[in-house]
Amino acid sequence: MSLAPRQDVADAAPKSIADRLLRWESILVVLLIAVIVGNTAISPYFLDIYNLSDATYNFSEKAIVALAMALLILVREIDLSVAAIIALASLAIGLAAQAGAGLPVLLLIGPLVGAACGAFNGFLVTRIALPSIVVTIGTMSLFRGLAQVVLGDQAITQYPKNLTAIGQSYLIKWPPLPYSFVIFLALAVIFAVVLHKTALGRKLYAIGNNPVAARFSGIPVDRIRFMLFVLTGLLAGLAAVLLTARIGSTRPNIALGWELEIITAVILGGVSIAGGSGTIPGVVLAVFILGLATFGLSLVNVPGIVISVLLGLLLIVSIALPIVVRRLMQKRPAG
Amino acid sequence: MSFLLKHRELALSLIIAIMVTGISIYAPAFATFENAASVLNDTSILCMLALGQMMVILTRGIDLSVASNLALSGMLSASLAQNYPDLPVIAFIAVAIATGLVLGLINGSLVAWLGIPPIVVTLGTLAIFRGMIVVYGGGNQVNASEMGDVFQSFPKVTFFGLSTIFWIMAVVAIAAWLFLSMTRVGRGLYAVGGNPVAARYCGIDLAPQQLLVYSVAGSISGLCGYLWVSRYGVAYSEIASGFELTVIAACVIGGVSIAGGVGTVAGALLGALFLGVIVNALPVMQITPFWQMAISGIVILAAVVVNARAEKRGVKLILPEARLAAGAAK
Repeated sequence: MSLAPRQDVADAAPKSIADRLLRWESILVVLLIAVIVGNTAISPYFLDIYNLSDATYNFSEKAIVALAMALLILVREIDLSVAAIIALASLAIGLAAQAGAGLPVLLLIGPLVGAACGAFNGFLVTRIALPSIVVTIGTMSLFRGLAQVVLGDQAITQYPKNLTAIGQSYLIKWPPLPYSFVIFLALAVIFAVVLHKTALGRKLYAIGNNPVAARFSGIPVDRIRFMLFVLTGLLAGLAAVLLTARIGSTRPNIALGWELEIITAVILGGVSIAGGSGTIPGVVLAVFILGLATFGLSLVNVPGIVISVLLGLLLIVSIALPIVVRRLMQKRPAG
Repeated sequence: MSFLLKHRELALSLIIAIMVTGISIYAPAFATFENAASVLNDTSILCMLALGQMMVILTRGIDLSVASNLALSGMLSASLAQNYPDLPVIAFIAVAIATGLVLGLINGSLVAWLGIPPIVVTLGTLAIFRGMIVVYGGGNQVNASEMGDVFQSFPKVTFFGLSTIFWIMAVVAIAAWLFLSMTRVGRGLYAVGGNPVAARYCGIDLAPQQLLVYSVAGSISGLCGYLWVSRYGVAYSEIASGFELTVIAACVIGGVSIAGGVGTVAGALLGALFLGVIVNALPVMQITPFWQMAISGIVILAAVVVNARAEKRGVKLILPEARLAAGAAK
């Protein structure tokens, strides 16, 4: 072994300052600053601590699901059924509340139903080997359809006070931080540490870059994928608890269209849809950019659907621009 | 059974036939010619959109923006009718198709030239196109009374008991079939989707193919935008909201593989018809419409499971390791 000719495999070259500045996260930081400066300029009410804390209500639930979705997309999978899982989990919470269940049951049943839905997705994807995009288009109809069958055109609006308090009051009084935002921040830290500092995190990147090679290196690819689907369902169920507690009602169209907003945040956060690259700090920054941009624009009475145009443009331009810039920079020395 | 699994279109026709027979025995009103015609008329728009979507999926792409494109094209066409109600109907149709084509070209350029993944591009344009309706029209809707007779009467004209929407769909379907089976470019779509690397070595360039399929899907969405708005008599920002997933579902049920390279015109049409029959049968069967979504979810899942089984049979297993690799690659 020691007699074999030495292979010259150089270490990666040290990162230059330009490389660090051109990192996706740096671009996102600039974007976030632009959003904050822009919002402060157009509305005097933006930089109010209570306003900002209320703004977090509107994106924390989506942000929680986005963390798990980022890991799924990292391993080349996707879950379009998350919003439907929220609907079904919210229905379960509603039915439990109608049956007179106490707070611990109400808090647990959402994540449990969500995890069960995620397990169903994961089973179809890993055991029957179906593409996740097709499976979750199907389960998206199935889960929300079931909620619709039970609810019809009715809504469940009778929720106990101790549940709605979780959604409508602050966990920490000063600075005013809602439960959902604190939960999101805590989960973001856990996700970042697991993804970037543990062997399990490295395995996720390995699967995303090359699932076959990952399998041959002894990584239980399908088991990890299955667990990620369960995790995504679980967090969707948790989001359902927070959302139900916040709005105090369950309707068949609850969280409608959230799957696209969540995936937009993950992609804007720099997670490659082809798998294998992306970071949790990137996703967290994207969540803040989208959440604060939406909040700032609604402060100056821009209609929601017009905001969605701007966010759609933001998504495409922010992905397209680096590609265009890179091409122009490559062409210059040659031409 | 394995014969049926191999001939997916035949199996699907058989399932639809059994379903229709069963429903007709339960509710004889379902078996009338009028009802059959109304099912076909109702389903024609879904059929056309499924054909456009299929061509995109053949090249390993996906177009999530078709329903938003439909809504925006329909809105522009309706607003032309609102301002100039006496123009010939062809002008309204041309505006709708042209709008759809431009929107499709936007998708196609971003995918083909910048190499952005199709799901990312069309996720963005899904929001942009629909939002543009409000930016353009200020949130106002165009009602039936404002559209004029020329605009609205066209889809209600019938030949042999079937509306013009159905006949347009028939023309689009035949054109799609001729294109996909008889032309070099059409066969190229299967080559690109089946194996992009091999297709490249055969001299088939991916970028023009992508530009083409998104343009075709866009034009079809535009055409359907006119038909939708003129048939239902209203244009606003929420029409056909979420319909893109129904269109993809029709493709999946019809055996179009999301991995690219597999799919037929007959399959996509039957997949759409299958969903159309279910939607129309529920009220006849006195099942509340609230069941519709759950049932179509179950149908989609059943269809992909069956399709996956049928596809597996076609693969020749050479080494046990190959199965492991194939399993992990999925």
